[in-house]
Amino acid sequence: MGREVAESCVEGIMIEMVSAYCSRFYANKQDLAARRLESIGFQVGVQLSERYTMDRPRFTDHLEAIKFICKDFWNELFKKQIDNLKTNHKGTFVLQDNRFRWLTRVSIHPSPITQADSAAPLVDSRAALTANMHLYFPCGIIRGALTNLGVPCAVSADISNLPACSFVVRIKV
Amino acid sequence: MAKLVPRSGDAVFASVERVNAELFTLTYGAIVRQLITDLEETEEVNKQLDQMGYNIGVRLIDEFLAKSNVSRCVDFKETAEVIAKVGLKMFLGVTATVTNWDAEGTSCSLVLEDNPLVDFVELPDTCQGLYYCNILSGVIRGALEMVSMKTEVSWVRDMLRGDDAYEIRVKLLKQQMGRDRFASIPQAAVIL
Repeated sequence: MGREVAESCVEGIMIEMVSAYCSRFYANKQDLAARRLESIGFQVGVQLSERYTMDRPRFTDHLEAIKFICKDFWNELFKKQIDNLKTNHKGTFVLQDNRFRWLTRVSIHPSPITQADSAAPLVDSRAALTANMHLYFPCGIIRGALTNLGVPCAVSADISNLPACSFVVRIKV
Repeated sequence: MAKLVPRSGDAVFASVERVNAELFTLTYGAIVRQLITDLEETEEVNKQLDQMGYNIGVRLIDEFLAKSNVSRCVDFKETAEVIAKVGLKMFLGVTATVTNWDAEGTSCSLVLEDNPLVDFVELPDTCQGLYYCNILSGVIRGALEMVSMKTEVSWVRDMLRGDDAYEIRVKLLKQQMGRDRFASIPQAAVIL
């Protein structure tokens, strides 16, 4: 095991990074903020995947690269593997982490039901927005890692089933 | 109520959740790189890193007080030792040495030989004037302000700029003795 730091250091800078980009730098341009956060993640993903695959031969196909992300890569980052991998065999993969570590400190508060309509969404939209902003960074990491391994792709996240988080990888042809 | 025994830096570090330092180092590096691209002015980047650090410090102090069982420091000398041996250790896994006290005992240096923020980092020539580790000085300033110490924290030596160590100068400007600003601090840290 290499050098370690407290997990709160990583969480601290991640939360502050999202806050700085969303509230200070691009307060009125959330999509720009999102792109910057994803870009930071991308850089980190490229470098991490480079380090973690230094001693092994190149992956032979996309599936091998995706499996590497699900197992070894996820393990290095989160001390666990991806819980569920699905594919439509047409270039889309869904990587599901049943308890995504980086979301455990971002809570989603159910908003009080003030309307008569009982079908009102329970998730406060502002909190959902914040949670989504926190996902651009890990999506970027996955995209950076896969791109570095020869798998150009687009990555998005789905948190409709908290605390599980699904990362949707669409391979670019 | 029994007095809580303060824990050593090693003990606290061993008890917190830890992660691969690489993730931390690379994330920080990517943030600095992105800030340089987006903000262009080095001085602005330094300012933002300090601000981010301040915000982090303001939050980290609670975790520090809760996990270290450190009670109210008697004086600033004790505060400096606690930051160097327990605070830095608990979060970054490294300790610092406290040196160069001034005559009044309100100003000192924290010297770090080892600094996880800078693993594998080299500054290009285009980054003259960048205080790469400025987040750290911000953290210290923010954390101390939460325990009612207003300080000025600055860099004296920086290995990324060619010096032989990292030296942070911490100067106590004002210490409030009143209790009204202690609202968010757990009982262990309040003088009863």
